[in-house]
Amino acid sequence: MRFTPMEFSDKETRYAARRLVFLQWAVVAVFLFLVTGFWRLQILDPEYYSQLAERNHIKEISIPSARGRILDREGRVLVDNYPAFSVVAKWGDEKQLEAHLAGIAAGLGMTPSDLSQRVVAARRRSPLRPIPLREKASWQDVAFVESHRSEYPGLDLMTFQKRAYPPNGFAAHLLGYVGEVSESDLDLPELALLEPGDRVGKAGIERQYNDVLKGTDGSRRIVVNTYGAEMATLDESLPVSGRDLRLTLDSDLQTIAEQGFQEDNGALVALDPRTGEVLALVSRPAFDPNLFTAGISSGDWSRLMNDPNLPLINRSIQAQLAPGSVYKILLAAAALQSGTVTTDTTFYCPGGSSFYGRYFRCWRTQGHGRINLHQAIVHSCDVFFYNLGKNLGVDLIADYSTQFGLGHRTGIDLPHEQRGTVPSPQWKQRVFGEKWYPGETISLAIGQGALTVTPLQLAYSIGGITSGGRFMRPRLVSTDELVAQGRGLPSDSDGEVRVALAEETVAAVTDALYGVVNEGGTGGRARIAGLDVGGKTGTAQVASLEAARAAREEGDPLKDNAWFVGLAPRRNPEIVVVVLYQSGEHGALAAPLARDVIKAYYDKKKGIQPQLANHEEPGPQPAASLVPPDRVGG
Amino acid sequence: MNRLISWKDSDWALLGAALLIAVMGIVQIYSTTAGTRFAGAHVRQICWVLLGIGLLLLVCFYDYHNLLNYAPWFYLVVLALLVTTLLVGNEISGARRWIQLGGLTIQISEIAKLCVILLLARFLGEFQVGEVSFLDLGKVALAVGIPTVLIALQPDLGTALTMVPIAIITLFLAGLRLRYFGAMLLIGVLALPIAVHFLRPYQKERIATFLNPESDPRDSGYQVLQSKIAVGSGQLWGKGTAQGTQTQLRFLPVPHTDFIFAAYAEEHGFFGVLLGLMLYGIVMLRLVASAQTAPDAAGMFLVAGFLGVFAFQILVNVGMVVGYLPVTGIPLPLMSYGGSSVVFTCLALGLANSVRIRRFVN
Repeated sequence: MRFTPMEFSDKETRYAARRLVFLQWAVVAVFLFLVTGFWRLQILDPEYYSQLAERNHIKEISIPSARGRILDREGRVLVDNYPAFSVVAKWGDEKQLEAHLAGIAAGLGMTPSDLSQRVVAARRRSPLRPIPLREKASWQDVAFVESHRSEYPGLDLMTFQKRAYPPNGFAAHLLGYVGEVSESDLDLPELALLEPGDRVGKAGIERQYNDVLKGTDGSRRIVVNTYGAEMATLDESLPVSGRDLRLTLDSDLQTIAEQGFQEDNGALVALDPRTGEVLALVSRPAFDPNLFTAGISSGDWSRLMNDPNLPLINRSIQAQLAPGSVYKILLAAAALQSGTVTTDTTFYCPGGSSFYGRYFRCWRTQGHGRINLHQAIVHSCDVFFYNLGKNLGVDLIADYSTQFGLGHRTGIDLPHEQRGTVPSPQWKQRVFGEKWYPGETISLAIGQGALTVTPLQLAYSIGGITSGGRFMRPRLVSTDELVAQGRGLPSDSDGEVRVALAEETVAAVTDALYGVVNEGGTGGRARIAGLDVGGKTGTAQVASLEAARAAREEGDPLKDNAWFVGLAPRRNPEIVVVVLYQSGEHGALAAPLARDVIKAYYDKKKGIQPQLANHEEPGPQPAASLVPPDRVGG
Repeated sequence: MNRLISWKDSDWALLGAALLIAVMGIVQIYSTTAGTRFAGAHVRQICWVLLGIGLLLLVCFYDYHNLLNYAPWFYLVVLALLVTTLLVGNEISGARRWIQLGGLTIQISEIAKLCVILLLARFLGEFQVGEVSFLDLGKVALAVGIPTVLIALQPDLGTALTMVPIAIITLFLAGLRLRYFGAMLLIGVLALPIAVHFLRPYQKERIATFLNPESDPRDSGYQVLQSKIAVGSGQLWGKGTAQGTQTQLRFLPVPHTDFIFAAYAEEHGFFGVLLGLMLYGIVMLRLVASAQTAPDAAGMFLVAGFLGVFAFQILVNVGMVVGYLPVTGIPLPLMSYGGSSVVFTCLALGLANSVRIRRFVN
């Protein structure tokens, strides 16, 4: 095969030349077409792509700060932190992590499906953060991570400050706990700056004073490559720890109070009415806040939620119960102050009396005979107070009750405080659309019916009356401490409310309270030799009459609640203790428990350290033989 | 006749622009591979470029007519080699594209392009008339079609597609009526659904991704998106040599081969891009000029075939980098790392220059 070179004929040259010129322009067109591509990316929208490039390779890593500790009034540490490890995955590329899932799951002793669920959930919550694979790493987990650094480069350990709460649920309800901020929390203005995954106080003091306790997280901006490996650090800001917070709580009194409940349910509030400072705040049963520190397991959570004893409820501020005969203190003060009765007024108690066509029994069936106000309080005569209530009238009762702090929040520095209910004709019309029956006033006079209070409200109210009408808002953090923390004072001054009470009124009521304990009254077991202790017992149905009847018909009668209010000294007391026992059979322990707390308070003033261990001894046994002192009729 | 042939008549603009592009490519390969497992690639690329320059000079002074004499033999040998590749080639990630020859792996498809161009130049260069008959059209289609199918079977759709512009540009210059081009275009469009049917899943995915790159930023759209980020963040002046975060931190995929122009655009910015594209423009325009001044039809078709391959590769590769065209895996001539591509390109430029320096023969 030979090839003969050929020359262009004129025709062919012309033809091809035209098309070659076309090719020239085609080359120019290709050039311009490609230039527009770069023009669009590099000139028209360069900031967009620069930001994307930055987001690719610059990552911000949060350095968690330590939370402030919580101390009791003497500076003893209640809540502390300790360093712990958690295993995290820091892969930028999800696919590579998924390729290693099986191996990592085996190393951590998890199933691959569990692990992948965790990864998916964590990515949904906060896509930019390291994925927590195991919060509380054991030493085996730590060893696994350290020995597989090259095999699983994205697997890492993170130290974090774990919250350590006191054991046995000590002061659990008031301390609260921390947890991951929830979606709904992020809508709150004070938490708006947080990101999903941040830890915040979820309950109690941890929530109320989150702003003091929480530190400021540090951060580190690093350069990463496409595999998520750290190449360089751009800058770093160190974390600032949260500040320690000192409570007004006295852990000695708190311990005595908690141990006194043994296995029983109930609540106790001890406060200093002169300042409103809370010395002890107990709710039983308790829960272990340590369960929440590293993310509570669903099993633990449902166990707490489904417990019929409602361990997560803080009974001291959330239980809304009829006060029973303790309410007679408020009624007596109201009646004296309004001039409805005097200290000399007497009524005859034959063991019961008819009002508005219905018979109301006194708890003492044989009756108290003719009795004056002092004796009626000392012996908790129901008939005397039926008459008192009838003469006073429901409107005045409701008015004074509200003035004395019932029916609205005391304003303690804890979240989720309940209001309780002060019934009145207007209230009944508003809530039920029904008329007020005169007989309801009679029940109300001995603290029954629709009237409900929280233990804290009782302590606040009785503390205020016995302090001559000076009601101090309860607080767990003193005003001095608040100022020291830079929180300043709340706008409504120092939380003091004054109610005009005549000296004679206060004297009559406080003398009667002294009588209850020291003159053979119903509260004799609160007596402490050498101390000016006053008190008042009470028993009340758990729920409304209707609910109680329904429960009786089902053959499971509701147990009564036993109350005791103790205070010392009787006039301008330094300490008021309200005890609520929710199991009827041990109700008689309420007064001795208040006594123990008051005694410990005075012992400490004298420099005697309370003998906590000895307190284990008085159990239900000695009290079981005693008849509950203050049984009122249905 | 030989008196009229002198190296001084070489297309200096073409060779100078090509050399500059090759140097820029070597610098860019060094910048993107330093400290990676591809480190040292720039040294190998220098060797390939030097080998290419040697071949280029050799070919320059060799009368391309002699090569055209052997064109049918070259063609048959390369077809045999393509079949061999399919049978015993090195399999790398599911594709047989390379033949092991001693210590070298050779991509036969690059040589195949050269052989097809030579064959077409010889065949069409014998024409006396400015019109192409249906029979001739069928012969051209067959000559281009067989290697195209063999390469597509490897599978290497990108390189196979490079064959198509060779046929189109030579037929265009041979005087194929425009209405025939229109008819071919129509057939192509109608055949598209059938072709899509035969595409492999990854190829379908690439096309889907091309149509909507942000749909799946972690997966197949990732390459396109990262390439656009690299280009866009380069802005006007670029981030500087070896300073591109997308390139240096490995966000950009294969930055020393297919996406080398994205790496270049990130580090040298819009002005760098203008310089690079202008150099490519000079190469292409000089090839057109060489075709215009070719001493005979065969020389014109030879140069035009190379122009078709270059223009197609530049368009498809750079178009991919800016997100205009789908990811095809076609290297950027002279810049992308890879010996076969460099050698083919140098041979092609050498032959084009060989045509150029013989322009005064008549």
